[in-house]
Amino acid sequence: MNDRSSTALRLAQPLRSLAQRSAFMLLLAGAVGLMMWGKTDPQIFERARTAVTDVTAPIMDVLSRPTTAVESVVQEGRDLMQIRAENENLRLANQRLQQWEAVARKLEHENAQLRELLNFQRTDAQRYITGRVIGFGGSFVRALLLNVGGERGVRKGQAAVSGDGLLGRVAEVGDRSARVLLITDLNSRIPVVIEETRVRAILAGDNTMEPRLIYLSANSDLAVGQRVVTSGHGGAFPPGVPVGQVVKVGEAGVRVAPFVNPDRLEFVELMDFGLGGILDDARAESEASMLPAAQAPVEEAPVEEAPVEDAVEAVVSPAATPAATTPAAPTSAVVEATE
Amino acid sequence: MRRRKRERVMKNGPWIKLDNFARSLAPALITLGLILLSVMPTKIPAWSHIAPALVLMSVYYWAIYRPDLLPASAIFVLGLIADILGGAPVGVHAFTLLTAYGLVVSQRRFFHGKSFGVVWWGFMLVAAGVMTLEWLLMSLLVGPGPIDPRPALFSLMLTAVIYPAVAMLFISAHRVLPVSDD
Repeated sequence: MNDRSSTALRLAQPLRSLAQRSAFMLLLAGAVGLMMWGKTDPQIFERARTAVTDVTAPIMDVLSRPTTAVESVVQEGRDLMQIRAENENLRLANQRLQQWEAVARKLEHENAQLRELLNFQRTDAQRYITGRVIGFGGSFVRALLLNVGGERGVRKGQAAVSGDGLLGRVAEVGDRSARVLLITDLNSRIPVVIEETRVRAILAGDNTMEPRLIYLSANSDLAVGQRVVTSGHGGAFPPGVPVGQVVKVGEAGVRVAPFVNPDRLEFVELMDFGLGGILDDARAESEASMLPAAQAPVEEAPVEEAPVEDAVEAVVSPAATPAATTPAAPTSAVVEATE
Repeated sequence: MRRRKRERVMKNGPWIKLDNFARSLAPALITLGLILLSVMPTKIPAWSHIAPALVLMSVYYWAIYRPDLLPASAIFVLGLIADILGGAPVGVHAFTLLTAYGLVVSQRRFFHGKSFGVVWWGFMLVAAGVMTLEWLLMSLLVGPGPIDPRPALFSLMLTAVIYPAVAMLFISAHRVLPVSDD
């Protein structure tokens, strides 16, 4: 009995290994197929992605808490060691901030006057959505996974910021999770402007810690230390959100060190400006809802408002929280600067 | 011999079967756990630039010792999950992990009975191959040109260095697995 079954097994062995081998090849081909499919139509897997992240978000939320506890212990020790230097820094910072406060007050006053002058309508549709960071990308992807999603009002294209500045934008939204594409990611293109000189450029991520400035005009006088803020072009972000500081200017390109280091973030704020965003379906939705009435004005808006926007932006940017006083950019400005 | 027989008898009880089934899920569950761990925020500076390929370690280990408990179909699904959670183009990890798996399974007899050092050395080779493949695929699928390979290089070094530590986990899990048929 035992013998016979083992003979049968022996006979079946080549067949089985053949079946296994062809199944393996099939799976391999399947993986290639999925890659090609995803390449030709990047939107296709988005629903699958958000479904999976929605399911795993609560689990990862719980799992990521212990690492936070460990981090806080480490941080405590580090803080104790650096307390003297920190104090000195704070004193200097305080001095500087007091100067800035004076400047800000002056500008606020000026801003109010200009606003009156222009009869400027401020839209108050802005609000913040705070999410916990529950995941990172892989070794070739710079992204964050957050535990908030469509249920809480997260929409594609919203700007992700932390206290110091811009982090990235929302690229995928599920019901309970959202993925933020960091400004350092290979796919990230952000329309920015050098704060002092008003030189426009695109900040392009390349998976390194310091993204590059591209599409600069030839004679734009760049210097290390200049602040880079969002320009608001393309309607993706509100203008004036701090992004980073120019750290390298040379033949190899201009590099910007972001103000925010995403490695140690625990919470991220998503800014809801009620903008259409540069992402197609978000735009399509918002346009579908206001199509009949708003077609013509939307077309004209960018041209008319551009100088206004610049003026306000320039006035507002030195303040610590530009977002609070920044106007919403025209809903559909020039889309030359999309991905 | 007698022990073998007793085990066979014990295998037939329904609870034992259930227990064995649960244990036999360990390789897949460990791999899934490592996928979650590898996308977890660690708060370590520049971690995402040097994060080690934890999932690959699991695939490598089980491909050598218990491919029956981690079949190619499971690798495929786990690879897809890794892609989806990590935000990489869908299929990249499914492909790289399957390639590594196929390669290792075909050579697994070579590693049987060899010292840990040999297995470790084999892992470094496989990891280097997989990282290169992944870098190539990502450059093709995402970038307008080749991606900066330096982060991947650091990641590879870290992966090779911490393999023994992670392998301890696999070895201890290996001990509680039901005996294999072959």
